[in-house]
Amino acid sequence: MPPIIEVENLHKSFGDTHALAGVSFQVERGSVLGLLGPNGAGKTTAVRVLATLLAPDQGTARVGGLDVSTQANAVRSIIGLTGQYAAVDEKLTGAENLRMVGRLLGMSSSQARSRATVLLERFDLSDAADRQVTTYSGGMRRRVDLAVSLVGSPEVLFLDEPTTGLDPASRSELWAITRELVADGTTVLLTTQYLDEADELADRIVVIDHGQVIEEGTADELKDRTGGRSLEIEFETSAELAAAASVLQPFSAKGELQQNEQDCLLSLSVDSDTALAVRAIAALTDAGLSPADFRLHRPSLDDVFMALTGHGTETEEQEGPDSIPGNAKSGDTNTEAMNS
Amino acid sequence: MSDTATVSTETATYRRPSGLNAIYQDSRVIAWRNLVHLPRTPQLVIFTLIQPIMFVLLFTYVFGGAIGKALPPGVSYAQFLIPGIMVQTLVFGTSATAVGLAEDLQNGIIDRFRSLPISRSAVLNGRILADMIRLTAVATVLVVIGYVVGFRFQGGLGLGLLMILVAVAFGTSMCWIMTNIGMRVKDAETAQTAGFVWLFPLTFISSVFTPVYTMPAWLQVFARNNPVTLVANLLRALSVGEVLPGSTWVSMSLPVFLWIVGITAVAAPLAVNRYRQA
Repeated sequence: MPPIIEVENLHKSFGDTHALAGVSFQVERGSVLGLLGPNGAGKTTAVRVLATLLAPDQGTARVGGLDVSTQANAVRSIIGLTGQYAAVDEKLTGAENLRMVGRLLGMSSSQARSRATVLLERFDLSDAADRQVTTYSGGMRRRVDLAVSLVGSPEVLFLDEPTTGLDPASRSELWAITRELVADGTTVLLTTQYLDEADELADRIVVIDHGQVIEEGTADELKDRTGGRSLEIEFETSAELAAAASVLQPFSAKGELQQNEQDCLLSLSVDSDTALAVRAIAALTDAGLSPADFRLHRPSLDDVFMALTGHGTETEEQEGPDSIPGNAKSGDTNTEAMNS
Repeated sequence: MSDTATVSTETATYRRPSGLNAIYQDSRVIAWRNLVHLPRTPQLVIFTLIQPIMFVLLFTYVFGGAIGKALPPGVSYAQFLIPGIMVQTLVFGTSATAVGLAEDLQNGIIDRFRSLPISRSAVLNGRILADMIRLTAVATVLVVIGYVVGFRFQGGLGLGLLMILVAVAFGTSMCWIMTNIGMRVKDAETAQTAGFVWLFPLTFISSVFTPVYTMPAWLQVFARNNPVTLVANLLRALSVGEVLPGSTWVSMSLPVFLWIVGITAVAAPLAVNRYRQA
């Protein structure tokens, strides 16, 4: 069976900005592709081209074997789009939004009504069905937006940064819904800035930067390239640092023990083996060394980017270790392709 | 989350209408959506209902005494005011078209519509259709409040209805200008300004509130050729059932007709074209 999404050598510029500079990738039917990259990488532009909202300057994109430029209306009848900012009518109620889209898709009033009821129930919105969307919380808004995209039972669903700005609970809720949809056979193309989100949901990940695909693979393959979690231990003096390094030498089976003299920082690769980290700390204590501080550092998108490109993601703030990235970024605005 | 797995597997049987029927059906749904907005947007309720009532009362009782003296004998100020204020109110009311469209573009609902397999002109058609209904409601409110302050359809109900029709037709052509503004500005606030400021000179340098001959000569040139004046004069003629001295029904209505057709013929294709590229 041919891939349900085929993107070939896509180019799109806005003035001097090359949002897409030759992007190619494919998505297998029934799978989840994560399009991973920092703000301005071209993710949203790629989705907008695939959703027929934007004509590419060059290259082809096909969804379900249909060309997005020449067979746009046919493409529209098999896709669903959920944007970064909930594109529902805030003055309408949740139920009215769903019924409106049902009617626009050609359903009769009663068909649209029953479809709306099913979706509202499915997304836990029955109680809020007759309230204007303005009154919804961020998580509810995202759910109703997703529900609206599903009125026509699309074969392909585009989720453009679906959890940006959501609290952790809403985030995992949205992840759960996405998994259910995939289980039902829907193909999902997901854009995200968060490695953990791609990790949770995506079968394959395409890393995109400056409008180009710079890496492609499964989450595990990407992580192998950046290294897994590491234990970072900080000391007061460089003497302690040197002593600790020799104590921990036996723990670094893969030879991944790094000393940072300047910050008096020791970094030991532990991947998912947290017991190893505990044993390492215990060994230091046994040797009479007391670290000033220690923490588990998880590879962030920034690390992936450092590993892949040698430069950071240009999103200035550094995430704390094991923090949930969703919170800190809620105020971010996506600067790419806001020209509609 | 309920654990049903029916979303993607349920196969409701429905199909999209085709051709003109599709445009009609889609436009109707969009128009419904825009009309539902009206009572839920306090600002629009004020524009639609409160403001015209307030203007009629203010002008009749505050300025009416002074301006009424400049009118030909036997013409009451209410009779002079209502057709004029109808043009002015409808023209001001069209700025809501620009604001609404800019808002839709800004918050992404237009992207939602554009990702659906619906006819490309439906979003604009539907908005214009809803605006026509809104303008008709405003015109009706004005007639009702007019009757309270002494305005009458002196030429009969038929010509009275024709007066409302002409006013709404002119307002609708102005809405097409406003759709262009709404799609070319970057946000609703800019649309509010861009869709509003130029309406002041357009409606005030006209025969809407005072007779044109009371203005300085240089201003009269603009005022006499201002489409708002032409429309206001035609509405007055329709409300009393007779034309201005020295005019005929044709000489009064043909320029208005040409303005309405001309504005629409230029602004509507520009707007639809812009929408396709947006």
